[in-house]
Amino acid sequence: MNETFYDVLRRQGITRRSFMKFCSLMAASMGLGAGAVPKIAHALETKPRTPVLWIHGLECTCCTESFIRSAHPLAKDVLLSMLSLDYDDTLMAAAGHQAESILDTIREKYKGNYILAVEGNPPLGEEGMYAIQGGRPFVDKLRECAADAKHIIAWGSCASWGCVQAARPNPTQATPVHKVITDRPVIKVPGCPPIAEVMTAVITYMLTFDRAPELDRMGRPKMFYSQRIHDKCYRRPHFDAGQYVEAWDDEGARKGYCLYKMGCKGPTTYNACSTTRWNEGVSFPIQSGHGCLGCSEHDFWDQGSFYNRVANLSQFGVEANADTIGMTIAAGVGAGIAAHAAVSAVVRYRGKTGIDVPEHGE
Amino acid sequence: MTRHETQGFTLDDTGRRIVVDPVTRIEGYMRVEVNVDENNVIRNAVSTGTLWRGLEVILKGRDPRDAWAFTQRICGVCTGTHALASVRAVENALGITIPDNANIIRNLMQLCLQVHDHLVHFYHLHALDWVDVVSALDADPRTTSELAQSLSDWPLSSPGYFRDIQNRLKAFVASGQLGLFTNGYWGNPAYRLPADANLMAVAHYLEALDFQKEIVKIHTVFGGKNPHPNWLVGGVPCAINLDGVGAVGAVNMERLNLVKSIIERTIEFVDKVYIPDLTAIAGFYRDWQYGGGISSQCLLAYGDIPVRANDYGPDSLLMPHGAIINGDLSTVHDVDLSDPEQIQEFVSHSWYTYPDETRGLHPWDGLTEPDFQLGPNTKGTRTKIEQIDENAKYSWIKSPRWRGHPMEVGPLARFVIGHVRGNPEFKEPVDRLLRTLDLPLEAIFSTLGRTAARGLEASWAAHKMAWFFDRLISNLKAGDTATANTERWDPATWPDDVKGYGFTEAPRGALGHWIHIRDRKIENYQAVVPTTWNGSPRDPQGQIGPFEAALMNTPLAKADEPLEILRTLHSFDPCLACSSHVLSPDGQEMATVTVR
Repeated sequence: MNETFYDVLRRQGITRRSFMKFCSLMAASMGLGAGAVPKIAHALETKPRTPVLWIHGLECTCCTESFIRSAHPLAKDVLLSMLSLDYDDTLMAAAGHQAESILDTIREKYKGNYILAVEGNPPLGEEGMYAIQGGRPFVDKLRECAADAKHIIAWGSCASWGCVQAARPNPTQATPVHKVITDRPVIKVPGCPPIAEVMTAVITYMLTFDRAPELDRMGRPKMFYSQRIHDKCYRRPHFDAGQYVEAWDDEGARKGYCLYKMGCKGPTTYNACSTTRWNEGVSFPIQSGHGCLGCSEHDFWDQGSFYNRVANLSQFGVEANADTIGMTIAAGVGAGIAAHAAVSAVVRYRGKTGIDVPEHGE
Repeated sequence: MTRHETQGFTLDDTGRRIVVDPVTRIEGYMRVEVNVDENNVIRNAVSTGTLWRGLEVILKGRDPRDAWAFTQRICGVCTGTHALASVRAVENALGITIPDNANIIRNLMQLCLQVHDHLVHFYHLHALDWVDVVSALDADPRTTSELAQSLSDWPLSSPGYFRDIQNRLKAFVASGQLGLFTNGYWGNPAYRLPADANLMAVAHYLEALDFQKEIVKIHTVFGGKNPHPNWLVGGVPCAINLDGVGAVGAVNMERLNLVKSIIERTIEFVDKVYIPDLTAIAGFYRDWQYGGGISSQCLLAYGDIPVRANDYGPDSLLMPHGAIINGDLSTVHDVDLSDPEQIQEFVSHSWYTYPDETRGLHPWDGLTEPDFQLGPNTKGTRTKIEQIDENAKYSWIKSPRWRGHPMEVGPLARFVIGHVRGNPEFKEPVDRLLRTLDLPLEAIFSTLGRTAARGLEASWAAHKMAWFFDRLISNLKAGDTATANTERWDPATWPDDVKGYGFTEAPRGALGHWIHIRDRKIENYQAVVPTTWNGSPRDPQGQIGPFEAALMNTPLAKADEPLEILRTLHSFDPCLACSSHVLSPDGQEMATVTVR
């Protein structure tokens, strides 16, 4: 059913001899030696690019924008060579019924062999009609596309947790994907948006190793979401030394001190920002002087002001409670007390367990 | 309705109805329906915003200092522009001033967005309306090379370079998996570029995809990430430390050099690739003069890019400000966002309800109660709409009006207003382009005019970044490194009850945020965004919105392929997540979610 590149060529009357010649040319044009020719030929003969249907519910398109920022691999190479992005409202050439018919074609032709990527979430209020596509509720499209997908990826915090439109009072009943698609795992890649290279790494991991990445209990790939930003933050030594930014643009801010007292949510946020960083490693929020908003965490919009400091750090551990620790922020707690408690907690924890709290200079 | 006159257009819904849903290659998604006559000319147009998120309801009761982060999530394509309007609204309400460096850095970030957004729009959202990808397979790379080298001295222009691109494209097409290009309108007679120009455009589609990720690194330096960099009420969050202890933890010389190099490369890409491509493509379509809509009648811009910190008056704003109505280009009216008589939103044809829907409401008094109901002439069912009834409510977008007029906003509005005001930075590039194409000034009131103005604006914005960067360096030389004013950071210093507004020129047009702060919390919040203006449905007077007007009287080469419809809608760069918003004075908690 699924035509490979080789099948297409043969169907068009191209001989195997010509095909091998093409593979040689391709190897040469890619700067590869003759040894690569059989490998290329094998790949082209056997592997159609995996179709990806990328659908959009209630969202802001920041996930698509992030995805095309990917530097390794380049978005261009992902789209032309690694997968077949057959549907994505934001980038696809077709519109209207010509676009919608692609969904039917892929679902039929690649039944059980395509990846469904969901950006945004379905609103369930008003019979789903807060998000209308093709005259129908988006949630119907989501269910239909999910039914025959091999894997389902929830891009970003909207699809993973609900994000901003699901913040109180959630007027549209915006609902994360896993609460609608309940009969199979949903791979959550949270963040508002997720880091570009995290997105492309998750999907190329699946294509390269032909399996879903290992997930934590909340459905996030462990490889990027198993440690807190604080655990790997380059400003962590200032936290441990009690050196804080006390006001915007003060002496501490200019020296790059810890932003904990300015409300940084790094201590309770599981993401790769402080290691992978953003936009080809140029920076990440803390490096550019603003605290982490905690945008990859569940309900991060409803945990009080972004400028209230994280008060309850008593559960500090690295991996032991990665699945269970939530956003535990109480507004208006005295700064000195909380900071002191936090430092003490960290010191106490280290002494007690010796678990891999990263040492400075490592 | 069968026939109806408005704004110089005759709407006639008797012909064949064509539905496009979803309209793709935009932020979000929308629906459009048109009636065509026996010659496939559009005689009635209906545009429907098909999503609603209710962000302003969610903002109620929050800390005003957090509002930028919420509103920024209105749109991840024009990322940052809502945040900027938001911090300005809060500062306006609370009387907070910002340091000059903060104003400069905000301008750099906003200009960076303008260039990035326009570039991605032109190549990745709009180009396929003009460029036939499949035709590029037939190009002779040598001719493509000659064409490219005749247009610009951009180095990636050799026959071998274009041959490589073409080979890659050939392999892609031969795979039988067309990915994003599946079911495009390839071969449609409305495509006019010769094969070699199509190949050049495809090459630049890919180059622009590579390059756009570089431009946004300016956001990353100052705001920590893109999309959705960080902002701050009272200034910018990044501190500057050129040479003191801990300078590596702040904006230092290395960071400034990075920003400078990105600005230089951006100017080069825009002027050597984007503008020449735009000029070349426009040359092949110069007699396709459709899609003007109301652009020759009613235009609106708030202005932006204050040259002096904290001065948002017209003399300080480098981007044009004003309103043109009734096609009278000799008069540019001043716009006051706080005047309840000027900007009003109507809901007679929107899925919201007012006590009196014949009246409009100013954003400070705005009201939104969602009210999803379909008119009696709807075809299909409530959850399977086959045809909209535009005589009833038919969109999640409201109808904003300026003194009762539907207004077009965006790069074309800014350039026409700048041109009429005689601002050489906006007049000369337009005149030069029109001379090159041998077209009269009236030609700018068109789909192509909108697309051209956007490109010219990208170039303007790229060069203006360099100008602001130099100003930043001048300040630093003079010893001024301040980036934030924290005098009123503490809510205890705020008055009990204040209102404010903030505005900017988003890439897609005039953007305003209105805020009411009571007891240090957000009492009311309202955003009127560019696509609300451009994508508005009809109003109580039966006036159509700019999208609808622009589609009128356009002939379709093939009625079952909506290429020309997409072309004109895309020329506005619609942003649907932005456009549908709401303010409710008493949004109720819906804690329980029922899964159907």
